[in-house]
Amino acid sequence: MGDAMGMITPLKRVRGLGSAHEGADHFLRQRLTAAANLILIPFAVGLIATLAGADLATVKATLANPVVAIALIVMVLVSAVHMRIGMQVIIEDYVHAEGAKMLTLAANTFFSWAVAAVAIFAVLKLSFGG
Amino acid sequence: MAEATSEQRVHARPLSPHLQIYRPQINMVMSIVHRITGAALYFGSLLLAWWLFAAATSPEYFAFVNGLFATWPGMIVLVGYTWALIHHMLGGLRHFVWDTGAGFDIGTVNLLSWATIVLSVLLTAALWVFIAAEKGWVMPWA
Repeated sequence: MGDAMGMITPLKRVRGLGSAHEGADHFLRQRLTAAANLILIPFAVGLIATLAGADLATVKATLANPVVAIALIVMVLVSAVHMRIGMQVIIEDYVHAEGAKMLTLAANTFFSWAVAAVAIFAVLKLSFGG
Repeated sequence: MAEATSEQRVHARPLSPHLQIYRPQINMVMSIVHRITGAALYFGSLLLAWWLFAAATSPEYFAFVNGLFATWPGMIVLVGYTWALIHHMLGGLRHFVWDTGAGFDIGTVNLLSWATIVLSVLLTAALWVFIAAEKGWVMPWA
């Protein structure tokens, strides 16, 4: 067989990558996003608890602060990654039919990034005073 | 090589004991709840996106969504949302401890698992007392 990576033995290529061929990437990304959220989520919860029931002018004035808007956007991005790969594990555990698995995994990615896109656009618009 | 024949397939293979067999233990229950709260938070993210979307749409729509969250069913959902968030975070902290290789003896496993459920309820209650006091709904320390 012609092999583009001719100098690498098959064993060398798969060592440490396991059955998903991704090694510990998934595990580490779940921990890294979790660690980031240990700071970002309490900040977001405190902020939203403060803004709950406030009028729109107050919400806009609060989000106009760049630090607040940036922290919220990073929280949304980090959470989107965390929830996408978390739900991926659940899907892989319970959905075994190959077609259904492909569809639910794709839907998972679409959902996660759609929620993130809506939230980030809204934060940007509010922050810019729109 | 060896394809499973139809005769082999009709005999159910032995399975290891599963949820129906084990008596519930606190670490096992907390593990399941961690997954359930994770899935709930996944769909709960729609609530945050919806609230932000409403604020970015119009003052009228923002007032409408705020009004829905302020109803009793809305408040119950929000209390559940914050509990799920706090429980999932404490579960994550427990896993960080276990990731270091520490805390695997039965006593510590049980302690950490009980701490997850007890602290999640206490912290959720503390958060909502704080919110209630800040909004002037109640004056717990007046």
